[in-house]
Amino acid sequence: MSTSSAEARSQDRASATPLLRLSKVDKHFGPVQALTGVDLAIYPGEVLALVGDNGAGKSTMIKTISGIWAPDGGQVYWDGKEVHVRNPRDASALGIATMYQDLALCDNLDIVQNMFLGREPRRFGLLDETAMEIAARKTLSDLSVTTVRSIRQPVGSLSGGQRQAVAVARAVLEDVRLVIMDEPTAALGVSQTAMVLNLVKTLSDSGVAVLIISHNLVDVFKVADHIAVLYLGQLVGTYPAGELDTQRAVELITTGALGGSSAAEGRK
Amino acid sequence: MTSTDPGAVAAPDVPPADVAAVVASNELVADSFSEYLSAQWKRIRSGESGTLPVVVGLIIIVAIFQAKNSRFDSTGNLTNLIEQSGVFILLGMAEVFVLLLGEIDLSTGFVGAVGAAITAELNAPPHNVNWFLAVLAGLAACAAIGLIQGLLITRLGLPSFVVTLAGLLGWGGFLLYLIQHDKQATGGSIVINSSVLNDIVNGSLSNTAGWIVILIAVAAFAATSLLRHRRRQANGLVTAPLSLLVLKVAGVAAAGIVLVLVCNANRGGALVHLSGVPWVVPLLAVVLVVYSVLLGRMRFGRYVYAIGGNAEAARRAGIRTNRVRLLSFVLCSFTAGLAIILVYFSELGSISSDFDGGNYVLYAVAAAVIGGTSLFGGRGKMSFAVLGGIVIATIYNGMALIAIGAAGQEMVIAIVLLAAVTVDAVAHRGISRR
Repeated sequence: MSTSSAEARSQDRASATPLLRLSKVDKHFGPVQALTGVDLAIYPGEVLALVGDNGAGKSTMIKTISGIWAPDGGQVYWDGKEVHVRNPRDASALGIATMYQDLALCDNLDIVQNMFLGREPRRFGLLDETAMEIAARKTLSDLSVTTVRSIRQPVGSLSGGQRQAVAVARAVLEDVRLVIMDEPTAALGVSQTAMVLNLVKTLSDSGVAVLIISHNLVDVFKVADHIAVLYLGQLVGTYPAGELDTQRAVELITTGALGGSSAAEGRK
Repeated sequence: MTSTDPGAVAAPDVPPADVAAVVASNELVADSFSEYLSAQWKRIRSGESGTLPVVVGLIIIVAIFQAKNSRFDSTGNLTNLIEQSGVFILLGMAEVFVLLLGEIDLSTGFVGAVGAAITAELNAPPHNVNWFLAVLAGLAACAAIGLIQGLLITRLGLPSFVVTLAGLLGWGGFLLYLIQHDKQATGGSIVINSSVLNDIVNGSLSNTAGWIVILIAVAAFAATSLLRHRRRQANGLVTAPLSLLVLKVAGVAAAGIVLVLVCNANRGGALVHLSGVPWVVPLLAVVLVVYSVLLGRMRFGRYVYAIGGNAEAARRAGIRTNRVRLLSFVLCSFTAGLAIILVYFSELGSISSDFDGGNYVLYAVAAAVIGGTSLFGGRGKMSFAVLGGIVIATIYNGMALIAIGAAGQEMVIAIVLLAAVTVDAVAHRGISRR
């Protein structure tokens, strides 16, 4: 995302209602405090990167949002209304799709079969392969996924980036408004990474909010509009991507604060 | 080809690494017959050999037996072979349901035999239950056994290997109990009472009926293939080349014609005229079609493959995996019932305490795996079990013809099973390394 459009989006933020807002969210596991009073907002069509060191609470945060476990304190607002996401089904009913690192695809099934797994349309009681194939083809071309040779090839024969694309296509097949991606580029090569980042941009251009967790700051800066930094379970701040560079981001991640007087005050 | 292929989304800037991805779906990436052949060849080289090794192996086996004993390809022996294949094919199909999940069922032989003993007992005096109801009762018993074993496996999370190994022993014992306590049993066996059940293997369609049935079957196959082709074409989807479809239909028709010709030749000798397609052939065909539709064209089947491929992914997709697995074990035991109650019982004319359920399970697994169903789950088809069953029956039949004793036969079958599992393991490694 270019800096100018990121700035344009950050101006939108002031007036619009966030799609998802966390307010003072706490989560602890026994005596271990994993999240402490976290405030976070994601707007429609925005790419928000969540960064932080190992153990900073990134995974806890996305699992809380996607309903794997409920927060112990604080509120979650969806479209400005308070919601209680108790399980993954609640989350997907709201329009939240979470893609974990392992992607959860069946290698022995083809692309179409994977995209429709668990919700296959039927015709006279039999699987409607034609309808599935038409819809799958349309979704993939909407996402500008251009590198698969046949949508009838098994997912096991695809490259890492293509698998990621299939997982995204599977997620957006239903009406989805927030896509959460956990380390989508971690295992990918250069061209595959570029493909996935393009996919993220295509998603946000169509108005879907994307929350992306990544260790790779280069990728983060390529694609994010805003960057939220977690440090030891607390949100240091949410910064427009244009206001940070790699060095300052690393400083925030490792120390939880910016040293010099030029520190940009993060929007809490 | 990528540019003209409407199934692939247009590819303006394809990184070379992606194009090199192995094309494993054979028909739908080919626009012409020659492209189909080259795609098929690529698949074979990449380890997904499909049914080719089985067919080649079968041809070699047949050639060896034919060289050793010229009676092997007599029409009488070939019909005999078809009848013998029936049990192996059905037991193999039973095993496919659970192998696709990555599970195994070692109890199928004895479970089917328990069903057959119940059917035999009910059908004989003093009960004299109608043959149809007796068969239903036997099949229901098999399905109930499958339900019990399946519940232990899915609800308690016990390994299917152990549960069904206990089944192998337990139901074997139960079979002995049933036969010992049946007043009709003579010499440890209950004899068949119904002529209908006897005729499944030993009776035949009339020569004309055989031709009519095969004509209808080929016409139905051609019509459904053509309809699918048309529907895909009408919706602008990639279709396999029409020439391939014609070739497939021609192949099925040729196989059907040869089958009927062989079966319709007189195999009774000069005194008794005996000819016609045995009833077991249409029975197998119906079961094959029903099960293929169930696995290939219905949600249940799709979920069986999904669980075998990645159970966690299936669970996250909202599939009730335990229900699918439970139903698979029920279907496995039910199909074992079909094999033993309808085919084995009819072939031998009795069910006896000598029944070797342990051996039959090995043949069942061998039939499924030789046909190309993976022990690792997620790969295989019902039709594969037909090929595998024919291979097992051929080896059995041929070895008896060239007078190899039981000792040699069992060792040979063991080696064939190991060879098939080795091929499966190597192919599996090839796929997961990608």
